[in-house]
Amino acid sequence: MLELTHLQVLSAALFSIGIYGVLARRSAVLVLISIELMLNAVNVNLIGLAAFVDRPPETRVFGQVLAVFVITISAAELGLAFAIILRLFRNRGSVNVDDIGELKW
Amino acid sequence: MSGPLIAFYVVGATAILASLGVVLVRNVVHAALMLLIALLAVAGIFLLVFAEFLALTQVLIYGGAVTVVTLFAIMLTRTTELRVRLDNRQRPVAAVAAIVVFSLLTATFLASDIPTRATPASVADAASPATSSGFEALGTVLFTQWAIPFEVVSLVLLVALVGAVIFARDA
Repeated sequence: MLELTHLQVLSAALFSIGIYGVLARRSAVLVLISIELMLNAVNVNLIGLAAFVDRPPETRVFGQVLAVFVITISAAELGLAFAIILRLFRNRGSVNVDDIGELKW
Repeated sequence: MSGPLIAFYVVGATAILASLGVVLVRNVVHAALMLLIALLAVAGIFLLVFAEFLALTQVLIYGGAVTVVTLFAIMLTRTTELRVRLDNRQRPVAAVAAIVVFSLLTATFLASDIPTRATPASVADAASPATSSGFEALGTVLFTQWAIPFEVVSLVLLVALVGAVIFARDA
């Protein structure tokens, strides 16, 4: 039978793959793509809980509501981040996150 | 093995393999297309646990908008150096961090004692299954109990998009 644990392990796997991408990639676009993967992992977890937790439907639906908010915020974040990446590319001719270290102490 | 479980293994394996592709392939465009596969597989998982609205939203927002925006960003930031190295020297550290996070999360999930149901259930009102749907339940809660957070998040989206236009235009 499909259980909550299956979804949670899948969510953990997607989240860790996203962490690997964020840490190992050099292009800012690829780092952002990995962040999207992590946000999706969170959504899998929320939706899994909404479907499996032993509560009445009017309480379980909160998981889906939170997933709607996560999707909205990730869309806003993506639009803003790509605008920043475009500006960065125009100013420097590269989107390599390793080269952007002015604020590094 | 039950039908939903087989479907979950197929869709879940697709999601994980495509995500691995996103972080491992050597071509930026291929990574973006792998992301599309991974996100559509996640939409399939949403369908398996009766989150119809979220599955449709996932296909529309991620499958449509996010992938197109990503491909545009890749196109607009393409450098002249064709064979640029995509990964930095942190790869071993990143792999260790990913494995540690996965182990910790899995251990926590397995140890948690949240009371769960044996089968996934729709969030629709079980009392009147003929007239109620998951869409209706989600919409009702979103526009009554969660109306103020909903309005706030729409304002956040508006401000973020206006900010994006200001950032991206020629100063």
